[in-house]
Amino acid sequence: MRTIDVNEITKNIKEMCIEANHYLTPDMDMVLKEAVTTEKSALGKQILNQLQDNLKIAGEDMIPICQDTGMAVIFMEIGQEVHFTGGSLEEAINEGVRQGYVDGYLRKSVVKDPLIRENTKDNTPAVIHYEMTAGDTVRITVAPKGFGSENMSRVFMLKPADGIEGVKNAILTAVKDAGPNACPPMVVGVGIGGTFEKCALMAKKALTRPVDVHSDIPYVRELEEELLDKINHTGIGPGGLGGTTTALAVNILTYPTHIAGLPVAVNICCHVNRHVVRKL
Amino acid sequence: MDKHIKAPITNEDARLLKAGDYVYITGTIYTARDAAHLRMQETLKRGEPLPIEMNNTIIYYMGPSPAREGRPIGSAGPTTASRMDKYTPQLLDLGLKGMIGKGRRSDAVKDAIVRNGAVYFAAIGGAGALLSKSIVASEVVAYDDLGTEAIRKLEVENFPVIVVIDAEGNDLYEMAVESLS
Repeated sequence: MRTIDVNEITKNIKEMCIEANHYLTPDMDMVLKEAVTTEKSALGKQILNQLQDNLKIAGEDMIPICQDTGMAVIFMEIGQEVHFTGGSLEEAINEGVRQGYVDGYLRKSVVKDPLIRENTKDNTPAVIHYEMTAGDTVRITVAPKGFGSENMSRVFMLKPADGIEGVKNAILTAVKDAGPNACPPMVVGVGIGGTFEKCALMAKKALTRPVDVHSDIPYVRELEEELLDKINHTGIGPGGLGGTTTALAVNILTYPTHIAGLPVAVNICCHVNRHVVRKL
Repeated sequence: MDKHIKAPITNEDARLLKAGDYVYITGTIYTARDAAHLRMQETLKRGEPLPIEMNNTIIYYMGPSPAREGRPIGSAGPTTASRMDKYTPQLLDLGLKGMIGKGRRSDAVKDAIVRNGAVYFAAIGGAGALLSKSIVASEVVAYDDLGTEAIRKLEVENFPVIVVIDAEGNDLYEMAVESLS
């Protein structure tokens, strides 16, 4: 049994919210730099260069990379031998988000009720996903999600007979419909299998996988590569203004499913794909 | 083609801009996004005057992050314009001449752009830190209680945008995909 004080969680989540909104992770940094050299449209290249300038200014002047600093999505992978003390874990997580967004000059984009729409003024509550794991460590992923791209995300409840072609069509449909609205170049998170909610959660989690890491299932890896190529031939390009860099990566997660179903979820993310990980 | 224009934008400038032009805007523009548009619509329904002048105005669909001390504004990039589509034709008919956002517009908005000789610009989505450098002053002028969604009067210098829909109804998003796919 290992004991962790929840104040430790608050402190880390506060720092991670600020870090994620000012600096991209090395995988995203690398793939965006590469895109500048491979983009074929002159305007597309100009926009990708401006995104480089934007990242530099964000880090040096501490101005968020994007004004939509997102709704805080937090994955908590908790070792089953961990015991939390010092108060409620969920309150500690939200306190970290509150401190990060208030003290870090991040935008408060959360409304208390989806229809009454009064701003909570501190960006809480976060959307928190808990997962129990073996061992005595806690792995925290903070992934602030902007809604320009979130709004373009989709769930398709396909039939088994739709097969892999149906899956490809679903993903391409979501990307084409998203087009310029989702701030391309995008990262495309995909969940295939499970149930209605499981595939949506996998699609979200897929976005937190480094973009230079592929699925270790051979056919899924091929699917990721094939779809990235197809998406980059749609012509949408950086900013939707034409070009060969429409997506930076397609990350797919799969899970067993029911004999009657083939759920597919596509969670679109913009080029500001934020995902900071810490292990405690 | 690179062009420099002043804001508020003249009727003539609005008509001269073409889809694909890279434009630098200098002058006064206003921010408004979802909640501010809803309030303006309610104001008009009650027959009351709008809190900002609409004639020849450029509206920037943007809600900034908070400014650090000594700075005019925080991160300040465009939000998705289509969420304002429901309210936009009415504002265009009242004199609104330019909009800055990102993403596609509805046919009703395109029709109103053509009808009124207006223009829809895109700023680079997700480049809020860079774009903030072209904003030299910011002041809340209406709906302060809406926080980031309040209406702000911005002074901009060489604010970079691209013409997406021009006064003739040409749409760069459609042109771009057709020429490269």
